Amino acid sequence: MYRVGVTVGQILVFLLFFAIWEGIVDFFRIKPVILPPPSRIAEVMWEQRALLLTNTWPTFVAISLGFIYAVVTGFVIAVGIAYSRIVRELTYPFLVTAQILPKIAFAPLFLIWFGFGLTPKIVIAALIAFFPVVINTAKGLSSVDTELLQYMDSLGASGWEKFTKISLPWAMPYFFAALKISITLAIVGAVVGEFVAAGEGLGYIINASNISLDTELMFAAIVAMSLLGIVLFLVIVAAERLFVNGVEENGGVQATM
Amino acid sequence: MSKAPHISIKGLSVSFKSRTGTVNALNNISLDIAPGSFFTIVGPSGCGKTTLLKVLSGVLQPSGGEVLFDGVAIDKNKVQGQVGYVFQRSLLLPWRNALDNVMLTMEVARRDMSRADREREARHWLNIAGLDGFEKRFPHELSGGMQQRVSICRALAFRPKVLLMDEPFAALDEITRETLQEELLRLWMQTETTVVFITHSIPEALLLSEQIAVMSARPGRVLERIEVPFPRPREEATRELPEFGAMAGHVRGLLRHRDPATAKAQ
Repeated sequence: MYRVGVTVGQILVFLLFFAIWEGIVDFFRIKPVILPPPSRIAEVMWEQRALLLTNTWPTFVAISLGFIYAVVTGFVIAVGIAYSRIVRELTYPFLVTAQILPKIAFAPLFLIWFGFGLTPKIVIAALIAFFPVVINTAKGLSSVDTELLQYMDSLGASGWEKFTKISLPWAMPYFFAALKISITLAIVGAVVGEFVAAGEGLGYIINASNISLDTELMFAAIVAMSLLGIVLFLVIVAAERLFVNGVEENGGVQATM
Repeated sequence: MSKAPHISIKGLSVSFKSRTGTVNALNNISLDIAPGSFFTIVGPSGCGKTTLLKVLSGVLQPSGGEVLFDGVAIDKNKVQGQVGYVFQRSLLLPWRNALDNVMLTMEVARRDMSRADREREARHWLNIAGLDGFEKRFPHELSGGMQQRVSICRALAFRPKVLLMDEPFAALDEITRETLQEELLRLWMQTETTVVFITHSIPEALLLSEQIAVMSARPGRVLERIEVPFPRPREEATRELPEFGAMAGHVRGLLRHRDPATAKAQ
């Protein structure tokens, strides 16, 4: 009963937010070019549904490919860091430094390097989504209980068995905590890529409608983008539910950005 | 499954290098452990008991002396897969349910078994340990005592010849501890496994074992070996015997009196 009440309350907070927004726009007669009301944004989204949908696809492709590249390379390097002292000592300072850099500032450069279109979007998305995966997965793999590994040794386990039966599942909560951060960063990366170097995609629509002062369409694209982000985030959460067993909510794992 | 080995430990020494110098964890330990017996090592914290078990499990190489199983010096590869290990912490895998946790040791040490056989065996041990109906529970859904039971099942399920137990009941409450002690004896009597048990609880040592080795504080040395004569099955009444109290007093005396002397010698 308490849970149901909380859920209803949480939905009410969202509704209240949009109601206040609507009310303020109405009351102060704010021009749609400055701030359109939520009702108008919903209308525009419906009117422009074909445009929004066709432009969601390239954004989705850029996010997904950038995210996949980031996760695969990030995971491989994390394994290297966790298992090889040389790799760890050589690469870690570089990774930590690179992580601090404002990677988005390189976006215009990627336009020069990779031209116009899908490639620069993927590169930016992958670049900023990469670091949380490396750092958190390496942290997870390195934090395995040593007594557990000794236990496996006493049973005569091979290195591969220790990795697949102990280290990998041990690191899974860390890995998924990283994926949740990475997917949101990949979205940011893809949008920035579309701001600077694309002729299609939701980021391009936002940028184009900004230039033509079509604030309503801009908001419609932002909402579409947000919905895409929420869906992708929920996909990761669902995968986590599927692959991470027996750990209480969040598993107490704190991910590093 | 073949019989438990005769374990002989000869002049075993282990030292670690630390930043402050060399630490002698074990100093010239010699012990004979009869096949199928219940052997307990009692000693204060930091006397190298855990180090001794790690050598017996092949995880740690001694710096001097040797350990023989049936007259053959053990090396890492020979001992592996022959010894079961139970720690003070249950060390269960949080992502596996009770059944899958018990199956872990068989997956690694008994590759000849089919999945169905492993599962049957795991269910058998959980059943003996009174964990029917808890097979699908994850460790965080079990009490501390139940977790430790699963851990013991996991160690016994692949039928090791030797079971090493490192203060397995130390973290449990009194009542749970006594129940598990009785259960362990019951399980042990159904197997031919040699148990090497470590504890700092004198009553626990006397209740469970056939022989006790009393160890000194670091560097660990064997102070005395004691035969424990009480008839089995041992239960609540055994603790009330006058001989039990006398023997406990003797062991306590050994541990008390040797400690300051060792401290002075260092």
